[in-house]
Amino acid sequence: MGFILAFFSKRKKSVLPGFGLSMGFSIFYLSLIVFLPLSALVLKTFELSLAEFWQVVASERAIASYQLTFGASLVAALINLVFGLLVAWVLVRYSFPGKKIIDALVDLPFALPTAVAGIALTALYAPNGWIGQFFHAAGIKVAYSVFGVTLALVFIGLPFVVRTVQPVLEDVEKELEEAAASLGASRLQTFARVIFPALLPSLLTGFALAFARAIGEYGSVVFISGNMPFKTEITPLLIMTRLEQFDYAGAAALGTVMLLISFLLLLVINLLQHWSNHRYGAEK
Amino acid sequence: MSSVVADKAHSTLLQPQGNPPNTAAAKNRITIRQATAEPLWLKVLLTGLALSFLTLFLLLPLVIVFGEAFSKGWQVYVASITEPAAAHAIKLTLLAAAIAVPCNVIFGLGASWAIAKFQFRGKQLLITLIDLPIAVSPVIAGLCFMLLFGARGWWGEWLNDHDFAVMFAVPGIVLATIFITFPFVARELIPLMQEQGREQEEAALTLGASGWQTFRLVTLPSIKWALLYGIILCNARAMGEFGAVSVVSGKIREQTNTMPLHIEILYNEYQFAAAFAVSSLLALLALLTLVLKSTLQWRAAKDYAEAAKLRAVE
Repeated sequence: MGFILAFFSKRKKSVLPGFGLSMGFSIFYLSLIVFLPLSALVLKTFELSLAEFWQVVASERAIASYQLTFGASLVAALINLVFGLLVAWVLVRYSFPGKKIIDALVDLPFALPTAVAGIALTALYAPNGWIGQFFHAAGIKVAYSVFGVTLALVFIGLPFVVRTVQPVLEDVEKELEEAAASLGASRLQTFARVIFPALLPSLLTGFALAFARAIGEYGSVVFISGNMPFKTEITPLLIMTRLEQFDYAGAAALGTVMLLISFLLLLVINLLQHWSNHRYGAEK
Repeated sequence: MSSVVADKAHSTLLQPQGNPPNTAAAKNRITIRQATAEPLWLKVLLTGLALSFLTLFLLLPLVIVFGEAFSKGWQVYVASITEPAAAHAIKLTLLAAAIAVPCNVIFGLGASWAIAKFQFRGKQLLITLIDLPIAVSPVIAGLCFMLLFGARGWWGEWLNDHDFAVMFAVPGIVLATIFITFPFVARELIPLMQEQGREQEEAALTLGASGWQTFRLVTLPSIKWALLYGIILCNARAMGEFGAVSVVSGKIREQTNTMPLHIEILYNEYQFAAAFAVSSLLALLALLTLVLKSTLQWRAAKDYAEAAKLRAVE
């Protein structure tokens, strides 16, 4: 910890007081709450030999869970990319009654506990549910299948694309669109060549955020997935199963793999945001 | 300022259909579509699509929570939320949030003061590290605490010898909740304080204010709405946390069951009306959070506009 503090404390002089106190406390708290537990996870993984580690993280059941977790998260993030852009567009550009309420409601998945979302979506899409019955009649199983998992992940990731694109869209200069139109571009061409490129960094950031959130999601998925090994078992649930069997090292190994992926995604998101800010700043 | 004025002039020129100057013109008004707007049919189609999507994914889940909660009548609803196990779960959830939120508020204020008001090496790295708990799966968060405090964890034996339970007890639940809600206050404050810069604080110090006075009388009033928003968001997440808490709690009824865990148990016991009744309390909390958020945003925008007006007068 002393090392960490020493690293961050090299700074420019300032007249404002309180750097030592605020920085020291922040680093102490961060170390205690975040670093220490995460290092326990990584160290636990090192108790396994390489062969044992590989046996856990590359077992057939684990690979099936990665495929489901990443596949469903990717599809859900893509759905959110398309509909998030649509919702942001409609909220920024058009007016209709109840718009403010709808706008506020977009944040619901941030505020609604995941367990509540999980049982609500399951009740809606179960074979005898309000919506599930129609799918059931058509012979499609939504709850307790891969569709159900994807559905829950769409719900969880919904606000990310909307909330990253919305402010950027609000700031797109109308003059550029007018210029494009007066130069003879159709509305579609203006969108594809002028508006879309300006939105691209924020779209990608929102997509990456929704994807990252979906990978780790547990609460809403466990209710709707049915939790069948090899079929509808997500990786966090597999970790839970290992824990219940007191296989702490195995759980830690899977956790470390997911942690690494999350960390990489976080770096990508930061780079995207940097690009987005840079680009936005350059346009100004 | 001048660019805003120019914008206004510009847009009135380009909007022949907006605010017709006399009634005669209004009567035989022909709607001319702007070159920068979509045709009406497309607007209606896009709005319809967006609203259908939101209805399907946001509105219906909310409606079904309340629908199912009252499906067996008021009496079952009231009984479900007042029975001892539910009442205990509600108390424990409130307790965990009451400890976790203030801890993260103090951290959020400290971290954002250090990050926004000073230049130091590795700042971007520090911001990324603060965001880390958002990217970590809640199950992994719970697992980490298990490895530290569990019976076979680093300090498990020592804790056991000293008869102090962290796992499957309230301290574990509080720790897991703190981890999960760790970044929420800091994330709201850092960008705002960075944008505000440090001139005002420097001016206050030059005028003889102490460091604490500067923080209390200059910084705090300018970040109050963002701080409040951070607190309510942090609180909503703290009360709703499921994954991390379900690893560390052990789910002992009337001892270590929080509201989301109680919902899970009821649901798995096919007591759907009761599960949705407890859920409806958390859904109400979520709605309240959204209402407060909108109010705070509105207040912040109002303050911002007033400050801009003052600056313009100067």
